[in-house]
Amino acid sequence: MPDIDTLFLFGSNPNEGHPIISLYLKEAIANGARLIVGDPRKTWMAKRADVWLNLKPGSNIAMLNGIINVILENGWENKAFIASRTEGFDELRAKVKEYDLDRVERLTGVGRDRIIEAARLYSQADKAMIVYGLGVTEHRTGTENAMAIANLALVCGQIGRPATGIMALRGQNNVQGASDLGPLPATLPGYQSVADAALRGKFEKAWGVKIQDKPGLKSVEMLDECRRGNFKGIFILGEDPAHTDADAKHVQEALAAVDFLVVQDLFHTETTRFADVILPGASFAEKDGTFTNGERRIQRVRRAVTPVPGMAEWEVICRISTLMGYPMAYNHPSEIMDEIAGLVPIYGGISYDRLEEKGIQWPCPTKDHPGTTTLYTDLFSRPGGLATFMPLDHQGSGEVPDEQYPYVLITGRIREHYNNGSMTRRSAGIAEVVPEELAEINPADAAALQINDGDWMRVSSRRGELKVRAKVSDRSQAGNVFMTFHHQDTLTNILTSGFRDPITGTPEYKSCAVRIEALG
Amino acid sequence: MTSPATIVINGKEVQFTGGQTILEVCRGAGVPIPTLCHDNRLKPYGGCRLCIVEIKGVPRPLASCTTPAEAGMEVTTESPRLTRLRKTVLELLLSNHPNDCMCCEAAGNCGLQTLAYRFGARLDRFPGEQWQLPIRQDNPFITYEPNKCIVCGRCTRICNEVVMAGTISLVNRGFEVMPDTAFAKPRSLDNCEFCGQCVSACPTGALTDTKGRGLGRAGDVTKVKTTCTYCGTGCNFFLNVRNDRVIRVTSDLNAPVNHGNLCIKGRYGYDFIHHPDRIRTPLIKEGDGFREASWDEALTLVASRFKALIDEFGPEKVGGFSSSRCTNEENYLMSKWVRTAVGSNNVDNCARV
Repeated sequence: MPDIDTLFLFGSNPNEGHPIISLYLKEAIANGARLIVGDPRKTWMAKRADVWLNLKPGSNIAMLNGIINVILENGWENKAFIASRTEGFDELRAKVKEYDLDRVERLTGVGRDRIIEAARLYSQADKAMIVYGLGVTEHRTGTENAMAIANLALVCGQIGRPATGIMALRGQNNVQGASDLGPLPATLPGYQSVADAALRGKFEKAWGVKIQDKPGLKSVEMLDECRRGNFKGIFILGEDPAHTDADAKHVQEALAAVDFLVVQDLFHTETTRFADVILPGASFAEKDGTFTNGERRIQRVRRAVTPVPGMAEWEVICRISTLMGYPMAYNHPSEIMDEIAGLVPIYGGISYDRLEEKGIQWPCPTKDHPGTTTLYTDLFSRPGGLATFMPLDHQGSGEVPDEQYPYVLITGRIREHYNNGSMTRRSAGIAEVVPEELAEINPADAAALQINDGDWMRVSSRRGELKVRAKVSDRSQAGNVFMTFHHQDTLTNILTSGFRDPITGTPEYKSCAVRIEALG
Repeated sequence: MTSPATIVINGKEVQFTGGQTILEVCRGAGVPIPTLCHDNRLKPYGGCRLCIVEIKGVPRPLASCTTPAEAGMEVTTESPRLTRLRKTVLELLLSNHPNDCMCCEAAGNCGLQTLAYRFGARLDRFPGEQWQLPIRQDNPFITYEPNKCIVCGRCTRICNEVVMAGTISLVNRGFEVMPDTAFAKPRSLDNCEFCGQCVSACPTGALTDTKGRGLGRAGDVTKVKTTCTYCGTGCNFFLNVRNDRVIRVTSDLNAPVNHGNLCIKGRYGYDFIHHPDRIRTPLIKEGDGFREASWDEALTLVASRFKALIDEFGPEKVGGFSSSRCTNEENYLMSKWVRTAVGSNNVDNCARV
């Protein structure tokens, strides 16, 4: 990473969300890398950027189409790469042509000079990397936003070489592993489709049961069914959807409606309030296991102290399953990993003895395979190995500001706290330096609303309202207000909207319309 | 990068790569060289002069941390002259250092203590003026004892070079030089990220973690290497455990992802583990509240209720939410449980929300 010539940071604030990754980006910048930042907020990186694309929330696709159009108009594209590694370029060219600078300026609010300079810096760099975050995916067009980023990288051939490519910063410690290991409705562990009879058969043989060939419901769909009275029982492991899901009231209604709810967690949360049975969880310091990080590196987690509740989650699942008539028994999590290695090819070479010193990056198919650091060096993971351009159109956010709700609420994280805050709020010192939620509001908006720094204000959306103190700061641009979701006494997600990406089901956390009133 | 060439270290030929310093080549070859101001996370500094080596044809010893290796160099890392010079350097440092290892937080984890012991440095060789500055605890995380500072600059360099926070720098001149915040203002979020990187870089007891003070020193703890539970970066660190309690987090300088760097959450976000609010026993809803139950009772109830719902409404009416916070093994088991004991595909994790 320190060798990057141009870094394009899009919808990501690593100084707050991924502080250690930000250190490598800072090193690259100190080594002379040019920096483009696409973010509606004036973040640490935006302040230091060569070009800050201060786009309106929800205008990612218009922004990226506009940049690609500038690149093509100037002949800055990588023609050799497009010819040898991609398909569908003409369709893309025709689509982005509709995004001339006048239109893109109007849709994004970003001045044309900045757009042209960003296009030049990214396309003309020898090695340019795009790092993106939840500002891309947490929109109703999240998947398309990510595709638009891929279009840009492919047009410029900035992929498949060291210090190039696209890096998505994953949010949670084991969000990668949790997807890899199969708690997904359409895929068995290792992204192996439930619809594929041969793959299903492999698991049926190993597990000794018949597996349904129809995909199940996504979490958000299970909750929707609960509200309709159509869903009867849920086991929630270490998650707090009543606090962290968008449109939290809607979620709370669903959890109240389900017949039988089991929640396992370290602490009482918004979600445990709705439980029929609460099971105590064990923290990462109390159990053996592995986490897989955002670069697919499988690393050990080690038991350092006795589990507070007496046993860890893996033991609890085994006991419940056994009591339900499907016996599960393992002496140690390493035996579970051995079973995984036998069924999941990308984890095929993983065993605890190999992880003792350092982690291994999947795909690691065999015991003597060293793991894989860079993907797609010569072929993309599609039939034929060519990448396909996706012509995309600007749609905007599901909810846009209007007379009644004139501001855009952007939600996100700060460095000091983590998600629902149940852990960081209970860590001495952290609770002291950031004891409460502060909503960031632009000085001009604050003046118009007669709000001073530290004043209470009421923030309301079509779904709910809350009281919060103001932090007057130019980190928020005029018209935008920023809040985190770390505090249980300020449930930001009762404001966020129910719009979701139709493919991933990811809610539009990054943009909804709110009204702000001074409370003095 | 040029092609591999060799230098001779203590009579043995060793390969090196262009751009490597003599210190890097020596340490790579397993030849120990004492340092105090060096930190792999930082640029070479050449401040402490303990890493001096003799190079054939060069009249005076050179700092190995700032001298690039050149093909054909003949390097000597141990000699009576080097030992004498290193001992003198240490004795000069000790001339302005409190002699309180017996109650110092860093004892057992102090570069100065280790090297003073190794070289048999005397505390009283250079008697003279000593700093008499008060201990500073102006924030919840970082204790500063300026009297123990040897002005190696590791704290200020990691703050500016690596974190780029600009919280502290070396202030004053001459004998008065010390690391400090601007205008000696207390550390707060206005001027500090509280990542504790400066503490991890400090080779003495000048900067220590406030929360762990008095709870156990290096020799009292078991260090358990693990992976952070917060964001998806995958930083490794050591949980320092004493009497079945985590009392501190320390850097793992060999960690492949973070190389010993940590943020406020990784280094200081551990108290939740032993927090009194932890749920300790299963709880079963009763009326408007919950009553405590044994694991046997709770799990029997859970299993029988799920089983009854599956029997009455079918497996497709039951499901599980797995967790990005749990281990791979637990996520696998959750996926397996829904597909076997329950019999549906209604399993998802919080990656999408």
